[in-house]
Amino acid sequence: MLEKINIQKTCIIEGHQIVVDDKLVWSGAEVLPFSDFAKEAFLQLKIDYPKFYKMDALSKLAFLAAEYILQGEDTDELALVLANKSASLDTDIKHQKSIQDADHFYPRPATFVYTLANICAGEIGIRHGLQTENAFFVAEEFPKETIYSYVDYLLKSGKAKRVLCGWVEYFQEEYRALLYIF
Amino acid sequence: MTALNEELKRKIIDVLNLEDITPTDIKDDEALFDEGLGLDSIDALELIVLMDKDYGIKLTDPKLGKSIFQSIETMVAYISENRTK
Repeated sequence: MLEKINIQKTCIIEGHQIVVDDKLVWSGAEVLPFSDFAKEAFLQLKIDYPKFYKMDALSKLAFLAAEYILQGEDTDELALVLANKSASLDTDIKHQKSIQDADHFYPRPATFVYTLANICAGEIGIRHGLQTENAFFVAEEFPKETIYSYVDYLLKSGKAKRVLCGWVEYFQEEYRALLYIF
Repeated sequence: MTALNEELKRKIIDVLNLEDITPTDIKDDEALFDEGLGLDSIDALELIVLMDKDYGIKLTDPKLGKSIFQSIETMVAYISENRTK
C-alpha cells in the first residue's frame, strides 16, 4: 500500500496562494474573486492556451494545479485520479439559472459542457496529451484509502508509470486543490 | 466598419471569452472557424444561441450554419435580412 513517503511532488492551491513542494510559487491579492486570481496565476505561467479562458472555475483550478505541479515533469504514462466534494455543482447551478425562466430559455452550451465533475480531468488530459487511465471520485472528504489503493493498483499493474492524484474542490468562491505525484 | 459589424464582434468576444482580442483584431472577411479565429463546435453552438437571444433568429437547419458563420461579413448579412429584434 502506498504511503506518504511515496509522494514525489505536491501542489496546493488555496487562499489565493500556490505552493509547490512547500515553496510558495505564486500569491494573488486576497480581495480578488477566484476568476481574477486564476487568470493572474495562468498569465504567470506564460503559456499560450486560449482554451483556459473558456473553462469553468473547477477546471481552471484543476488545470492550474496540474500545470504548476507538472512543470519540468515527464508526463509519459501518467495516470490521473481526482476527487472532490461538490462535483460540478457550482457550474450546475449556473446552468440551472440559464434554463429557469421559460420565457428566457437560453442554455449556454459553453456552460453546459462543464456540468460534469470529471471534465476537469479531461482538460488536464488534453493539455498534457495523457492517454492513460483517469478517474474522478466524489466524496464528502478526501477518500484517501480509495485513492491510494487505486493508485497502488495502477502502478503495480503497469497501467501507469506515475499517477497525478488528489483533491480539486470548487464551490462558489470556496476552493482547494491538493495534487500529488506518485 | 458598420455599427452592426462592431456590435457583433463585441458580442462574439464577450460570449466566447476571447481574451486579449479586440474588435479591430477580427477582420470582416476572416474565417471564424479553423484557420481564422480558431473557434470550435461549442463556440458554434454559442453563436446559434447568440443569434436567437439577441437577434430573434432561430437556426433550425444546421447545414445553414456553415455558410452563415463563415465570417463576420456573412453573419452580418444574414442578421440584417432575418432579424426579428
